[in-house]
Amino acid sequence: MPSSDDIRQRIEAALPGAAVDVEDWTGGGDHFRATVVAPQFEGLNRIAQHRLVYDVFGAEVGGPIHALSLKTSTP
Amino acid sequence: MPNQTDNPIRDAVSGAIGEHPVILFMKGTPEAPACGFSARTVGALQALDAPFAAVDVLPDPRIRQELSAISQWPTIPQLFVNGELVGGADIVAEMYESGELAQTLGIEQPAQTPVPAPGAVPTSPPGMQIENKLA
Repeated sequence: MPSSDDIRQRIEAALPGAAVDVEDWTGGGDHFRATVVAPQFEGLNRIAQHRLVYDVFGAEVGGPIHALSLKTSTP
Repeated sequence: MPNQTDNPIRDAVSGAIGEHPVILFMKGTPEAPACGFSARTVGALQALDAPFAAVDVLPDPRIRQELSAISQWPTIPQLFVNGELVGGADIVAEMYESGELAQTLGIEQPAQTPVPAPGAVPTSPPGMQIENKLA
């Protein structure tokens, strides 16, 4: 089961330079809330920004990671 | 995206997205959402008095599978307007608060209304069942 730190590190690894903050919403290791500020989001609409983050986790989101609530923006 | 595949569930999902100008794929029904994220999204649409079709993805796991394959979006709910994915719960909530949701739906944003608590759901269209279309 992933921890908030795992989630944060994986997003940071996939989006170098991103400022990432992750919290485990329920303490159960399956509902996370992440705030991601990344230069890679520049010029992308929100759907595309969220997809970039979801892509880091593939089928895990909706699977073991029941929910990954996102707030994305550019620096 | 081909119009007809040998996959009736995928055809039903993409057909529903094409047929309804505003359609929400959710867990549960607008009257009885089965998940807080779905409830929140229903709440935003209802606060705007926006007419929308709703599909419960829970009765058959294949609905969700095919939906995510079509939309390239992993989570539920998913709101489509004019055939385009507008967002999941987070994006719809942000858009509601900024007034963008009303704009996207082409309706007037009523004076500052917070997203109502789930459960406070007076009027809503009947839920739609994709399964019924597969006979």
